Amino acid sequence: MALSTEASSRLAAQLDEHQDKISELWVRQVAATLRGRLSQGELDRQIRELFRALRETLAAGTTQLQGDGGEVRALLTELSRARALQGFTSTETAISIFAVKEAFATATDVFNAESQAMGDYISFGSFIDELGLFTFATYAQAREEVIADQAEQLLELATPVVKLWDGVVAVPLVGTLDSARAQVVMERLLQTLVDTGSPYAIIDITGVPAVDTQVAQHVLKTVVAARLMGAECIISGIRPQIAQTIVALGIEFGDIATKATLADALRHALRRSGNSDLVRRGAARREH
Amino acid sequence: MGFAGAADAGETIVISSDEDVVRVRQLTRTVAVRVKLSLVDQTKLVTAASELARNTLVYGGGGSAEVTVVDSGRRRGVRIVFSDQGPGIADLDLALTDGWTSGGGLGLGLSGSRRLVDEFDIQTVVGEGTRITVTKWSR
Repeated sequence: MALSTEASSRLAAQLDEHQDKISELWVRQVAATLRGRLSQGELDRQIRELFRALRETLAAGTTQLQGDGGEVRALLTELSRARALQGFTSTETAISIFAVKEAFATATDVFNAESQAMGDYISFGSFIDELGLFTFATYAQAREEVIADQAEQLLELATPVVKLWDGVVAVPLVGTLDSARAQVVMERLLQTLVDTGSPYAIIDITGVPAVDTQVAQHVLKTVVAARLMGAECIISGIRPQIAQTIVALGIEFGDIATKATLADALRHALRRSGNSDLVRRGAARREH
Repeated sequence: MGFAGAADAGETIVISSDEDVVRVRQLTRTVAVRVKLSLVDQTKLVTAASELARNTLVYGGGGSAEVTVVDSGRRRGVRIVFSDQGPGIADLDLALTDGWTSGGGLGLGLSGSRRLVDEFDIQTVVGEGTRITVTKWSR
């Protein structure tokens, strides 16, 4: 049952009349559900803006969110995004809006003034809201689980360890190297070193857009771990801008061999392993 | 603040997880490309942004990063303000020393970032938070 224009202007008048009381109750109820995880000033500001937008929308006779309710919609979008980024649940976010109903009912004294049926209906309404919020929260959680599963699968897909040559394995790193991925890379690499009996491992960072101290630390740890297992690591794919950044940042790779390209790294590994005939053969083939 | 140059409205990212650090990095790169920083300067600024955003998350307990385009009249640049309401830094000189870390990092994030940018300003109050402003100008 949509709001009629007359009803919406009556409601706007009610909002005007009980403005302070409704705002206060609204803020208080939302604050109770957010349990101090949002500053009071921030919350006051948000509710004040929402209240104003809601009142103006009603006063203008707009009773639908789609279409003319542009300002309310923009505010709700902003609020929802901010809450999501701050880690609030969907229920906690939606309650920020639903809370105005109870604030309105209490402030305008609907419970006493109107019939018993009216009071019952309002209580029933908030109970149904709760049921709706529960289904929504469960739904969102199920969706998030799907996304988390996919992210995990992607993590495994994105970190292959490939055999480049007899005794030489390589890990081409692409994208962001966070702690979780670094852990997967290290485990994969160490296991592959054992499985293939390779004495050389090349970590190629061509696909890593920025090498900061965290990335460097992860790479260094992997190199040290590989060394403990008797393998030598070579870091390749250091582009000019990355080299300059690493120097300015002050990161030192110590005695770890680093190369500009994967090909250089492979040549280095083959030379070190005494497979120089293989290198020569490869070079000869290229020249023909 | 003692920075020269006019600034237009910036874009703010709330930093509360590792993914947000990635978002700060991506936004920084986008803006750096827009003001035509060289590839080396882009990489340096993005790396500094990555370090400082992670510091905001790990040591400041989360906060925000605001990325703005600044214009000195002569050249354009990118300014990023990182702020948090964390514990603050008790000994700034020590924190800016190469190789010193209160966490488990390499101890180069803060000191290294300073070398990656053209202007570096840090305001910190123990118990109230830290605010770091960095600027990189196009050449």
